[in-house]
Amino acid sequence: MLSHYLSIFTQATFIENMALAFFLGMCTFLGCSKKVDSAIGLGIAVTFVQVVTVPMNNLIFTKLLAPGALTWVPGTGDLFAKIDLTFLSFLTFIGTIAAIVQIVEMTLDKYVPSLYATLGIFLPLIAVNCAILGGSLFMQEREYNFPESVVYGFGSGFGWALAITAMAAIRERMRYSNVPAGLRGLGITFLLAGLMAVGFMAFSGIQL
Amino acid sequence: MKIFGKKEREVLLDPLFNNNPIALQVLGICSALAVTTKLQTALVMCLAVTAVTGGSSMVISLLRNSIPPSIRIIVQLSVIASFVILTDQILKAYVPDVSKQLSVFVGLIITNCIVMGRAEAYAMQNGPVMSLLDGIGNGIGYSLVLMGVAFVRELFGSGALYGYKVLPLVTEGGWYNPNGLMLLSPGAFFLIGLAIWGLRTWKPEQVEEN
Repeated sequence: MLSHYLSIFTQATFIENMALAFFLGMCTFLGCSKKVDSAIGLGIAVTFVQVVTVPMNNLIFTKLLAPGALTWVPGTGDLFAKIDLTFLSFLTFIGTIAAIVQIVEMTLDKYVPSLYATLGIFLPLIAVNCAILGGSLFMQEREYNFPESVVYGFGSGFGWALAITAMAAIRERMRYSNVPAGLRGLGITFLLAGLMAVGFMAFSGIQL
Repeated sequence: MKIFGKKEREVLLDPLFNNNPIALQVLGICSALAVTTKLQTALVMCLAVTAVTGGSSMVISLLRNSIPPSIRIIVQLSVIASFVILTDQILKAYVPDVSKQLSVFVGLIITNCIVMGRAEAYAMQNGPVMSLLDGIGNGIGYSLVLMGVAFVRELFGSGALYGYKVLPLVTEGGWYNPNGLMLLSPGAFFLIGLAIWGLRTWKPEQVEEN
């Protein structure tokens, strides 16, 4: 049982890394990876939000939207058995994510001000981060159950954090390199991401 | 014969080269790369993104005077999400195979920064017709890059274009040995990086100070 969760974690973190295999969260991955400090902050924020939103969306999907999901409502019998609200999943998922990010932001502000000071500026960015919505959509497509979705949320967030921290470390070193003018900034960052993706592809040989 | 005035044409054509959303503004790259292993999926994705950008820009522009500023992001997101749901349902009904291959990436158009970016930067200040043109122009600019990447990846990765064999493969008695790297994610990163290099050598004013 434990090995099953471990394999979901390994797959989400290394083999199917959100940033390097699926190109998710690229805007922030490229935009906020100039310094290691802020990259780590952003990575923690993404992992945190991912761990909360993926299981949350899992509950919403299995209890409200999936075909026949509403049968748990008492006293309705077969009335709700045929309702299929799957088409609403995009709208509900993004709504949940925006709401949770807002709640996380307010909670941190009130109870953990030191963490809020570090993560504060990144939290609004996260609401429109493709990696977050992508995590929930993959969860829906692969039909994970609740505990699996917790593990998947943590694994995918952690993988993304790992990728952006490594990227920021490389970019800090790049500052001392003589890069051709046209390649400076964005261009070289893409080539770096490509090389990192080659590195992460080595993990695809892992037998789960 | 002139359908558009000068200003309209500028709004439509400027995002194609001078202000290309992917190369210059670094927007919407997320979903751009995962669907470019084949021209067919890339084309469907481009149509979907252009339709969503154009439609949502127009609707948001119509609503712009009645959206309270404090909740504008969530209003924009719900308009965009509704258009994406519409697109997704149409794709599922008419091209179910492609829709399966695109899997989660249709849904991810919602968080595609290009759609939000145009809504926030252009549609909130301009009229509905201009916003529609701006949305379509940015959608086409995005499509140009996407189709270019898909063209190279499919041609060199599997020797085909839009599913038709162009380069005869070694495995089928031809001479071309397909470059598997093109079909994997690093190939797309390298291609975009090189494309940006090319574009910035051609237009040096876009070079960034490091």
